[in-house]
Amino acid sequence: MATMVTSTRPPATKKDAGPGPGLPGPNGNGSRRHGSFRDPESHGNRYRIGMWVGLASVMMMFTSLSSAYIVRSSSSSDWVSLPMPRVLIVSTILILASSITIEIARRKLKASLTKSYAQWLLITVLLGVAFLVSQLLAWQQLKAWGLYLASNSHSSFFYLLTGAHAVHLAGGLFGLSFLWLRSRRIPDEAAAVHRRQASADAVSIYWHFMDALWIYLFLLLFLWR
Amino acid sequence: MSVETHEGVHRHPAPTGFIRKYIFSIDHKVIGIQYIMLALAAVVVGMVMSLLMRLNLSWPTTNWPILETLFPSGAPGGVMTPEFYLSLVTMHGTIMVFFVLTTAPQGGFGNYFLPIQIGAEDMAFPVLNMLSFWVTLVGFIVILLAIFVEGNQGLGEWFAALGPSFRGGSGTVGPIGGWTGYAPLSALGRIAGPGQGAGMNLWAISIAIFCVGSLLGALNFITTLLNMRTKGMSLMRMPLTCWAWFTTAVLALLSFPVLLGAGILLLLDRIAGTSFFIPGGLYVSGILSGTNPNFPLHTGGSPILWQHLFWFFGHPEVYIAILPGMGATSHILATFARKPVFGYRAMVFAIFAIGLLGFFVWGHHMFISGMSPYSSIAFSILTLSIGVPSAVKTFNWLGTLWGSRIRFSVAMLFALGFVSLFVSGGITGLVLGQSSLDLAMHDSYFVTAHFHLVMGVASIFGMFAATYFWFPKMFGRFMSESLGRIHFWITFVGVYAIFVPFHAMGIRGMPRRFSSFTEYEFLRNVDPLVMLVTVAAIITIAAQFLFYFNLFWSMFKGKKAGDNPWEATTLEWNTTSPPPHDNFAGVLPTVYHGPYEFAVPGAPKDYVMQTDLEAEVPGENGHNGHKH
Repeated sequence: MATMVTSTRPPATKKDAGPGPGLPGPNGNGSRRHGSFRDPESHGNRYRIGMWVGLASVMMMFTSLSSAYIVRSSSSSDWVSLPMPRVLIVSTILILASSITIEIARRKLKASLTKSYAQWLLITVLLGVAFLVSQLLAWQQLKAWGLYLASNSHSSFFYLLTGAHAVHLAGGLFGLSFLWLRSRRIPDEAAAVHRRQASADAVSIYWHFMDALWIYLFLLLFLWR
Repeated sequence: MSVETHEGVHRHPAPTGFIRKYIFSIDHKVIGIQYIMLALAAVVVGMVMSLLMRLNLSWPTTNWPILETLFPSGAPGGVMTPEFYLSLVTMHGTIMVFFVLTTAPQGGFGNYFLPIQIGAEDMAFPVLNMLSFWVTLVGFIVILLAIFVEGNQGLGEWFAALGPSFRGGSGTVGPIGGWTGYAPLSALGRIAGPGQGAGMNLWAISIAIFCVGSLLGALNFITTLLNMRTKGMSLMRMPLTCWAWFTTAVLALLSFPVLLGAGILLLLDRIAGTSFFIPGGLYVSGILSGTNPNFPLHTGGSPILWQHLFWFFGHPEVYIAILPGMGATSHILATFARKPVFGYRAMVFAIFAIGLLGFFVWGHHMFISGMSPYSSIAFSILTLSIGVPSAVKTFNWLGTLWGSRIRFSVAMLFALGFVSLFVSGGITGLVLGQSSLDLAMHDSYFVTAHFHLVMGVASIFGMFAATYFWFPKMFGRFMSESLGRIHFWITFVGVYAIFVPFHAMGIRGMPRRFSSFTEYEFLRNVDPLVMLVTVAAIITIAAQFLFYFNLFWSMFKGKKAGDNPWEATTLEWNTTSPPPHDNFAGVLPTVYHGPYEFAVPGAPKDYVMQTDLEAEVPGENGHNGHKH
């Protein structure tokens, strides 16, 4: 026994030994409540938690780049604003539409309509590819105007931010294609059904985030003055 | 007690082949050991570099023929060039901070013990875990390449194929820029002088790769802790180590992306000719920006922007290095003092407070950057307020020790050493955190003393404590206690002998990063101190071979250890040493107690394991959960 009693727990007798196994007795060191416990769906929750955690880091990266953008645009005398390539409006419409289609796909899966789930996934993939093509066209437009990465600071940020977004979006396309390829496989057990729904949820969270991120970048690049 | 079946719980079968088992393993325990091995290799590189720096500082004009043999371009005639010294400063800092202080505490011990301590059979995403190690290893290989590509002409030419900015072979050994890589020097490219070519590119690329690896790891830690705690393991029943690893992962998750973003901007400035960090009108190496094809036109960039982005990452990084050490120290102090951690909840909140405040104090690294005095005051006040949770932790450690009958194992000695170093290193933080004092102390040896004690050596002591403490669990054998004691006392006295004189040098005005001080008459009277530090450094470094020997010898020849040799309470001591592939041999434990129930009145032993059944505690024997 140590020289000093530090535990707040009274000497245990049969009466106050706690309500029995499973319920912790009082102690001076940590919680008195029941801990949470993993349920059968925990594997699915894992995907969603992991996705949100991952998106927090993606958000921090774009926050750092946009803070650099804001500092750079407001503190220097050499800032020249780019004209907006019109094709970016098409991009915006495409990615907004893809957000709607992936949401439909997710709900179809929830309703166990596997076939139309796969179809809507494919539509989303195509819209995503179309978005990337449209972004490429915007780059072509800038090139035609003679504006390259190092031409001026706004064009540097334009290429950088759209490029970083495109890379992340390509990752989302990879996830979507993975879901689409797996959509024909019929899960045989309850856990696999949960897993499939969870991965569809996780990918759609990511995709919506990419959509919102693009809207934000679009506004930052062409409305922030 | 019924046996729980965990449906949907991810299980992967134990691997059989050598490669899947030890090389490309997805077992968090193997990955943890791989991280520790990486850190053990990296720390030797960093240590040798510090030794070379010490030799040059004490004998600046002496001819070392071996140096010329090893580094013909860095030490022609056996005398180190200032450029060589600066690249040593850069690489020592970078390798130690990223590949030692970030990998071993979190990726190493965190990976190994977080899942076991919360009662999980692996990390949430085992494949991601494996990737995070291999990505980090690639980062380490790239940083080693950065050394050779600047020193070696042939390799430098080979990298030139990647583009003109990648041309190396500038005759130094490694890039020059400090671990902080301040712009514009780091952003200009080869025009800025030796060590600014391929080596600097590879330095930035290595850091970016390291960021990605750390992010994957952090994502995994957070998800694992939130999602995979076993039955009864509520948040407030987690060992303080888990809280520390969790907070560290949150810090890494939110700060590494900022460094990644900054690194991309830096690389674009270097490779693509943008002007994020390079101001206009620069006149470098006799050339005005824009008047020579080697130095394209740059306008309007902000070097201070790099400092803001870097230190927004850099300050949390300091806590990424030390928080796991704090967790391990709390854990080990309680175990060997045979007392509960004093103020568990306060400790948890202090960890979080330190982590949170860590995001709002980056400006204290930039007091001399010309920032507004009002910002300085805000950053000062926030910085000093970190003293409050730090003091909470220190006093709670002392409270844990108060009136206890301490078992002085080597792990305990190192944990006590951690407390000592944290206090002595932290106290000068209160000096440097005040902008008025920092103006005088900045870039002097006083700063070097501060961060080496509190961030470098204290964290390392936390890791030594963790190694001696957990070694029996990881390898089923004890490390030699007598060798460990010698190692402890030499290291403990040694690091104080190295870094306490640094304070005196700093107050006398000795600047950081200078390769020699032969030209400075006002520093003549610190020469004896410089020599003392070098001698102490040589002895301390020599003592580390004892540790390496002890570590590898004990893996095979050490005394056999049982499942719970320290009579500790947490879940890792509930399984075999070393633990089986799925940690608990198929049956996850159920938790009934807080993590540090030592000296519980009325209990049959002086400790209650987390899995002991409540009803059985007053009985004859504490049972080890429902395994039987």
